[in-house]
Amino acid sequence: MRCAALRVWTAAIIVAVFIGVNFLATLAVAQQPSPTDPNANAVQEQQLLREFGRIHGLGSIPDVKSYTIEQPMGRTWRTFHEVWLHWIGAIAVLGMTALLAVFYLVRGRVKLESGRSGVTVTRFSGLERFVHWMTATCFIILALSGLNITFGKELLLPLIGPDAFSIWSRAVKYAHNFLSFPFTLGIIFIFFIWLRGNIPNRVDIEWIKRGGGIVGHDHPPAYRFNAGQKAVFWMVVLAGAAIAVSGYLLIFPFYVTAIFGMQLAQMAHSVIAVLFVAAILAHIYIGTIGMEGAFEAMGEGSVDLNWAKEHHSLWLEEENASIANTASPPPTYQHSRSTT
Amino acid sequence: MARMKFLCDADRCIECNACVTACKNENEVPWGINRRRVVTINDGKPGERSVSMACMHCTDAPCAAVCPVSCFYTTADGVVLHSKDQCIGCGYCFYACPFGAPQYPRVGNFGSRGKMDKCTYCTGGPEPDNSLIQFEKYGANRLSEGKLPLCAEMCSTKSLLAGDGEIIAEIYKERVAKRGYGSGAWGWGTAYHDTLAT
Repeated sequence: MRCAALRVWTAAIIVAVFIGVNFLATLAVAQQPSPTDPNANAVQEQQLLREFGRIHGLGSIPDVKSYTIEQPMGRTWRTFHEVWLHWIGAIAVLGMTALLAVFYLVRGRVKLESGRSGVTVTRFSGLERFVHWMTATCFIILALSGLNITFGKELLLPLIGPDAFSIWSRAVKYAHNFLSFPFTLGIIFIFFIWLRGNIPNRVDIEWIKRGGGIVGHDHPPAYRFNAGQKAVFWMVVLAGAAIAVSGYLLIFPFYVTAIFGMQLAQMAHSVIAVLFVAAILAHIYIGTIGMEGAFEAMGEGSVDLNWAKEHHSLWLEEENASIANTASPPPTYQHSRSTT
Repeated sequence: MARMKFLCDADRCIECNACVTACKNENEVPWGINRRRVVTINDGKPGERSVSMACMHCTDAPCAAVCPVSCFYTTADGVVLHSKDQCIGCGYCFYACPFGAPQYPRVGNFGSRGKMDKCTYCTGGPEPDNSLIQFEKYGANRLSEGKLPLCAEMCSTKSLLAGDGEIIAEIYKERVAKRGYGSGAWGWGTAYHDTLAT
């Protein structure tokens, strides 16, 4: 009996030890790191960047734009803003200034060849001049504040220090944002009030062939606006529209476009802007020191009769014809107070 | 001096969002701003992966390069900080940042977004260390007390690592060697031009 009981107990202990060792061995195996990657099928960073150019997922906070965790094209935008835009802007603005200076020295002022007649003819109404100067004032402030955002930290910041420059930049940023509204309004007005005189026609080809009389001392015929003025009109309307649309995309971030769209909008906005500034410099030149008798058209609203004859002969004929038709004493002709 | 970096071991992130909560609490970040967030790619599908992301404190930081008022600076520890007094809220740093780190308290209102806010690596800002004004503007300054950013300090799976770049890279490499796999240090190629090959 005792022998049998001992055998049973021995067998039980052996079985128990065997199971125990097995169990511990299983545990030990479980604690070893699994050589297979449980995330083997999961997305990889480089693969996502190659495929989509950015890494986007799903988050648990309400800010949807934070779901994009990596967008390396920010670096491309940086290179554009810090390298390309500086070159494009500097070449456009300084290049145009230099070009105009050289032109002034070589060609000189476009003179009124037949002198002043002392008789003036109305060229721009009060409304036209108001629209022009409203848009022009906005443009100058927008241009300077825009150039400040790109070039200010290199040109102005070292002069006035970081705190003053920051206060100044914040003020002109607000000016830039708010003056965009009257500027856009001005562009719309310009389009409607001057569209009629700015449709290209056959006279423009002749005018361009003869260099507009700017290069030599020629006076090709022109209606109310010559080909050069029409070019300025269409440039202002089209560049103004593009700059307004791209600007409003940036003023209202994430309303219309996501980050990539805003990077593109900023690139378009800034490149068009610096080219616009360069073109307007030429416009300012020919309207002021570049041509005798030109500024008073937009300044006082009337030009000398001889100026009209030399630069807008066909327009003057039209004006004369309409005066003749009304059969009243010419209301638009006035003897100017001073003759120089 | 150390070069402080973040490293998210994506194989360990369990999308618990504790780093997000810890950051908001420690820095008393204003409503609507999250300096850190966890994003899950392919959520609910086979092969989903979660990554915790904030400002990576880039080498040659793009935000600093494009800032029109140059309000950014890099500390001796390699942490990228900015001055809220000088920030004009133009949004350029957000266009340039590869990680979507800069945040603004307001969305629109004609571009008046307010002062930019972002992860400071729990290092405060230009004001005197641990002053009230520094805390109100930038949040906690743990680094000056010898502590690491709270998001990484309390990460439950130690997925998010913070510290000197060389040390956390070594920890990550050891992990990868031991377990036999690793998806790499997310964002390091973009932020530090270092892919941390394993």
